[in-house]
Amino acid sequence: MSTITTNDVQNLAHLSNIQLSNEEAAALTSDIENILAYVDMLGELDTTGVEPTYQVNDLKNVFRDDIVDQGGVSRADLLAIAPESLDSQVKVPKVL
Amino acid sequence: MITISEIHDRILSGESTARAEVEAAFERAEQASGYHALLSLTKERAYERADEIDLRIKNGEDAGPLAGVPFVVKDNYLAFGAPTTAASRILEDFMAPLQATVVEKLERAGAICIGKSNLDAFAHGGSTENSAFGVTNNAHDMTKVAGGSSGGSAVVTALSVVPFALGTDTGGSIRQPASFNGIYGYKPTYGMASRYGVVAMASSTDTMGCFANTAADTEQVMGLMAGKDSKDHTTLDNYFAPLTNAPVALKIGLINDSMTEDVDPEVRARTNEYVERLRAAGHAVDMVDLPMSKYALAMYYIIVPAEVTSNLARYDGVRYGLRANGVKTLSELYGLSRDQGFMPENKRRIMIGSYVLSSGFYDAYFQQASKARTLLINEYNKLFSEYDVLLSPTAPTPAFGIGENVDDPIKMYLADIMTVPPSLAGLPAINVPAGMSAQGLPIGVQLIAAAKKDALLFALAKQMEEN
Repeated sequence: MSTITTNDVQNLAHLSNIQLSNEEAAALTSDIENILAYVDMLGELDTTGVEPTYQVNDLKNVFRDDIVDQGGVSRADLLAIAPESLDSQVKVPKVL
Repeated sequence: MITISEIHDRILSGESTARAEVEAAFERAEQASGYHALLSLTKERAYERADEIDLRIKNGEDAGPLAGVPFVVKDNYLAFGAPTTAASRILEDFMAPLQATVVEKLERAGAICIGKSNLDAFAHGGSTENSAFGVTNNAHDMTKVAGGSSGGSAVVTALSVVPFALGTDTGGSIRQPASFNGIYGYKPTYGMASRYGVVAMASSTDTMGCFANTAADTEQVMGLMAGKDSKDHTTLDNYFAPLTNAPVALKIGLINDSMTEDVDPEVRARTNEYVERLRAAGHAVDMVDLPMSKYALAMYYIIVPAEVTSNLARYDGVRYGLRANGVKTLSELYGLSRDQGFMPENKRRIMIGSYVLSSGFYDAYFQQASKARTLLINEYNKLFSEYDVLLSPTAPTPAFGIGENVDDPIKMYLADIMTVPPSLAGLPAINVPAGMSAQGLPIGVQLIAAAKKDALLFALAKQMEEN
């Protein structure tokens, strides 16, 4: 069984782009450890030679013509729901 | 109990109007407000649409098979007239720029959306207690949970605020609350109805379905929702055609693994009574084994978080939704917006997803679960080579108390133990009301069919409703 530390949880939070407080991370640690302990039962199964299933209705890739379809939604509609915009662009804080 | 046909008939006969029906639905919603099943009402738009429909009827035009019939959508469906919050802070003020394909289809059929219902945030949960905007109460007992994640839609249907409501079902989120509130709840074959315009949770099991008070209403709504959508490439060509005759001498398998000592005795008793009713209707019922079902929940809580972590990556505070205040850098913007915008259960699932997909754990978790999923599907295929329909309780207990399971995620997950296996296999399944507990809480049974055999489930549910 996997042991999960609060440090591991902070690492997962970092991978998930969630800035957790230490209290939150501590609270999530035992939950995550218990859930992982529960799903560990799959280790009992012999799956040698079994093909994995990722999708259940046998989809094939579908190509369409390279024509822009805005789906009835305009640039202005999308900018209107952005938290901040400037000159027809979504505005964000500086990256570096 | 309100049905689609009674409202529709009143409007077409001139006894009532779409506007009067919408007004009456808003009054019922007001009376039911103590249950906290609705997050918003779409009054302005609903009245506008009602007047359009009344005008069409007055002019002798065809206003559609659901003309003037009010309905509610779960608040993870993009729909006009109110924000689409997914019951989360991160989408609290999100005004959708488009509508879900199935909402558009129902509107074209004349139905009128009057409001949006509560859910576990992002449909993560089985009780509607994980909503950022408060808990929904069970329609039969205010101290019990509504079930979830589509709890609000189940409760407004059970209270007859509206004759039908839409939900989403990824692992039981329609069937389980339908069972807890004593109504029909339908999860279609994976690919029967478009998911376009609905907040994605786990793409390999997400399905769009509905709640209604009768089997016939459930079938009618699903028939209108079915069909291929070029905007959702997982949709199948429309195969759905209602059966005209009642089914005769079906072979039905009662799943042994769902009737163990762990299951509430009253749930087992109502299920056994339902078996006797099936037999009295001329069907044969045998006990059958589905040994992989005991691993289904473990598969589900690997596969679903893996898909959740990817689907919820888009909520980053940049293009829409909540953006944390006072951030100085982009990474702080992502991290704080997501911390403030998601509920603890959302974070748990996102982080477990990151774990099971991370290098070093991918083979042991995600890959192993995906292989186990194949073994489960093989068992279903074998059973469906011999049986027409499978039967189990829908949930291991009647509705539990509010607050009872909130501190124990595993215990909460176990409420979905009966509904998760068909979801992993993409099979159609329906909750059918099957009586009450001594305490007065509804108990439901789940009928499951092979993929694309949706029509058989409705035919059987309708037949049993009459018997």
